[in-house]
Amino acid sequence: MSVLTERAQNLIEEFELFDDWMDRYQHVIDLGKELAPIDESFRSSDYRIHGCQSQVWLQPGQEGANVQFRADSDAQITKGLIAILLRVVNDAPAHEVAGTDLAFLDQLELKEHLSPTRKNGLDAMIKQIRLYAGAMAARSSQSS
Amino acid sequence: MNSIAAMPNTANTPDLDAVRAAFPALQTEVHGHQVAYFDNAATAQKPQVVLDRIDQYYRQENANVHRGVHTMSQLATDAYEGARERMASFLGASDSREIIFTRGTTEAINLVASSFGRSFGPGDEIIVSAMEHHSNIVPWQLLCERTGARLQVVPVTEDGELDIEEFPILLNARTRLVALVHVSNSLGTINPVRRIITDAHGLGVPVLLDGAQATPHAPVNVQELDVDFYCLSSHKMFGPTGVGVLYGKAEHLEAMPPWQGGGDMIEEVSFTGTTFNEIPHKFEAGTPNIAGVIGMAAAADYLETLGWSWIKKQEQDLLGYATTQLSGIEGLRIIGTAPKKAAVLSFLVGATHPYDVGSVLDRLGIAVRTGHHCTQPLMKQYGIPGTVRASFAFYNTRPEIDRLAEGLRRAAQMLA
Repeated sequence: MSVLTERAQNLIEEFELFDDWMDRYQHVIDLGKELAPIDESFRSSDYRIHGCQSQVWLQPGQEGANVQFRADSDAQITKGLIAILLRVVNDAPAHEVAGTDLAFLDQLELKEHLSPTRKNGLDAMIKQIRLYAGAMAARSSQSS
Repeated sequence: MNSIAAMPNTANTPDLDAVRAAFPALQTEVHGHQVAYFDNAATAQKPQVVLDRIDQYYRQENANVHRGVHTMSQLATDAYEGARERMASFLGASDSREIIFTRGTTEAINLVASSFGRSFGPGDEIIVSAMEHHSNIVPWQLLCERTGARLQVVPVTEDGELDIEEFPILLNARTRLVALVHVSNSLGTINPVRRIITDAHGLGVPVLLDGAQATPHAPVNVQELDVDFYCLSSHKMFGPTGVGVLYGKAEHLEAMPPWQGGGDMIEEVSFTGTTFNEIPHKFEAGTPNIAGVIGMAAAADYLETLGWSWIKKQEQDLLGYATTQLSGIEGLRIIGTAPKKAAVLSFLVGATHPYDVGSVLDRLGIAVRTGHHCTQPLMKQYGIPGTVRASFAFYNTRPEIDRLAEGLRRAAQMLA
């Protein structure tokens, strides 16, 4: 089992502990509050993810061969979803992030709570994370 | 088809339960709750009579219009042209040739911009307002890019009214057109269009009104208004999507060049030149949305049978009740407090983001719109990313508004 699948599995189990949607939402919101802040210089249109109705900024980063993203949003539920996503991908090898489809969110029973526009935004964010990770992986393999 | 039973009793005041029962989509369950549908300004639900009319057309009358000698084509043509007469009477137009069928308000405005605007030149001015929907901004911006004309913008006051004192100042000899929203989609403000039309006509300037949010709520009479162009969307007035009307005074339409070429809009085609059909057909290239047009006329019938006085009374009651109920919620701020408003309530709850509030409400089976409502310049003026918007129709109820207020309290608690 890859590190990403394992983390996703843990998250799914974590969310299964909540019986009702309000608690699940509350958990998402709380996870968002724990998200590390981004550097202000990344709060610009260059780092904004398009396709989100709320504003989302993604700050790419790397520690060795592992990705280390930060992100922020002006909407709390969106921010919580970002936090979930980053919990899975951060500290994982860039090549693995680039090569995984990250569809695990579908299993968190959150998908049905996402409006189609929010789902599109999330897909846009996953796509951007994988693009950055691909570029990081390519750079790492060149330098090694 | 049981469409008679689905119609409310016109002799008396319509019965709200019977009216609601005539809208199948209002029975939809969302996350285990019967939907409380407050997104009517985005699109309204469709009554059974409209659905039945479209169904009947496809099952029994489907044929192309203006083409065949055969009976079905004539039936379809009669229904289609009958719908034109119907929409002319719906808008109080004297002549059905002044009714052009379009895909909706957006296309109607684009038609005027492309065709009527073709003679505009550098330095010419078009007046819009700061509360316009993007569809009454962008077509004019594109026209300005093509011709060198300029946009002039009537400002909006803090409570969401047109700054009407500014209008005569903007109006001048270079003004070629005033293009204005009749009822604001994001604030609900009903604009003083009579006064604007009188002022504009005083300088010989024609006026286009975007009536997308007006026609679902109140009768419109284009002759009484003396408006030059009036645009509406069927789907916002309980008819099908993808169809609408451009009303234009015949004197304008006759002088305007066609904007799209194709079948139906021509008189004679040869490779040395083509002559064009008369209005309205000159502006309806290709096979039109026949079922949509017929369905839209059925929606007009439905509204008038229901009766405007009941519709207005019902909606103003809902707006008043919702304003009171929501004002009692801590931190709730209503955006748009003009004295004359259609049944639209735009608001923010504390510092919460509209999307978060909308997401929580959705989980409770409450459908609202969140975002900038395609009026980004207006949202920028208020310094907000958008609002939560509850827009009511006559079929909404006070208990549904109680659910909204309760949902908002829960959302505020969760997002605190």
